[in-house]
Amino acid sequence: MNTNSNTYTVIYSVLLTLVVAAVLAFVSSSLRGRQNENIATEKKQSILKSAALGLEKPESESLNSYIDKLYKEYIVDEFVLNTKGEKLDNENVDLKAQYDIMRQITSAKDQTKAEALKEKLRLPVFVCSKEGKTLNIFPCYGAGLWGPIWGYIAVEDDFNTIYGVAFDHKGETPGLGAEIAADKFTAQFKGKKLYDADGNFVSVAIVKGGGQQDNPNGVDAVSGGTITSSALQKTIASWFAQYSAYFEVARAAKVEVPAAVEGEELETIASSEE
Amino acid sequence: MNKEIFTKPLFKGNPISVLVLGICSALAVTVQLEGALVMALSVTFVTAFSSLIISLMRNTIPNRIRIIVQLVVVAMFVILIDQVLKAFAYQVSKQLSVYIGLIITNCIIMGRIEAFALGNKPFASFVDGIANGLGYGIILVIVAFFRELFGSGTILGYQIIPQNWYIANGGFYENNGLMILPPMALILLGCVIWVQRAIQKDLQEK
Repeated sequence: MNTNSNTYTVIYSVLLTLVVAAVLAFVSSSLRGRQNENIATEKKQSILKSAALGLEKPESESLNSYIDKLYKEYIVDEFVLNTKGEKLDNENVDLKAQYDIMRQITSAKDQTKAEALKEKLRLPVFVCSKEGKTLNIFPCYGAGLWGPIWGYIAVEDDFNTIYGVAFDHKGETPGLGAEIAADKFTAQFKGKKLYDADGNFVSVAIVKGGGQQDNPNGVDAVSGGTITSSALQKTIASWFAQYSAYFEVARAAKVEVPAAVEGEELETIASSEE
Repeated sequence: MNKEIFTKPLFKGNPISVLVLGICSALAVTVQLEGALVMALSVTFVTAFSSLIISLMRNTIPNRIRIIVQLVVVAMFVILIDQVLKAFAYQVSKQLSVYIGLIITNCIIMGRIEAFALGNKPFASFVDGIANGLGYGIILVIVAFFRELFGSGTILGYQIIPQNWYIANGGFYENNGLMILPPMALILLGCVIWVQRAIQKDLQEK
């Protein structure tokens, strides 16, 4: 047979492509279930990690079932907010899509367009109940040096003190930027405040020398990972900024409960002004 | 069958240290031993099976689209590996990220198919593929061993350097940050080639 004729070459390449495509399509569809399960587990694992849970997996149990069990036990509620802080129907939110909308908002030419884009933002919150404490866990997602970085931040129910964080990244430099995912770095966040002493929202600064004892709003950046560190700082701040309406309401509610008398006084002042 | 087919690529004709093929991935995935082992196994699997398949098809392949046919077969195996790792070893697959996909561009695979599988019987090609994959793996493991030990103080994730040696714990020792970066892999690779040439005198240039 002449294996160099045009007809033979064309038929050969078509058949080869069909066979290879069929094999790959079969493998891909038969493994998809497991792959999606792994992705879901990874997300749950990060959420739990920010609340310092799910760190000691027993050898006997598979990671997926261990994480699933803990998630069911500790994450008592999850809901989705809009930028006005209103609860919406729960849905599965793709963090990258929200990040894209946030970028469009920053680059929007006029106010009306930015407002319209803001309407589209969906902000997930996960509520964790651990040892009698209620922790609200907020996600963040942004651009690092080489690729996306993302994470979850657990905030105590004063909506100010950080309980714990978990960060991850796609491809930051190992030993430098990649250290944002290391325990040594994330442990610094515990006990840091999102608001300064005057009650202004300042987020957490990730800078050189930021982790000093008397600074409640900063942590040390990763040495050699300056770009990743400042990208992370920007990411955290921009996500919390979107949650600000929800924070205001939640913080106000916290203050009012123990001081009902003061609330009355405020009312009288307000009415006398009328 | 000639025993040389299996033994030669392991040392005397090692694809990395003698033929200097497949260097890029050797630099990228040798920060930790686990990644290097998975990479070595994946490359061995891909070289072995793509050599086998190409060798089975060698008399039917139209010469003009030879390289494309080889690429399609290699790419198929690489995607298979990628999918399987994502399903069964998700953490490892995350760690190796793009480098699994880049096995396609590993010169060893195409090199062995062109140089060996196209002209030899299937079984011999299969063995040649395994041997070349293992030869590649040996070097990867050597480099990764030193990089992980001195760069992170661990082997396969287990702490080897005692914790109380570290400066942070009042000791005298600190991990070598350079070991974690790709240039150090190149330097270590140079050392491996140096050792090999010291043993194997016929490789030395006059």
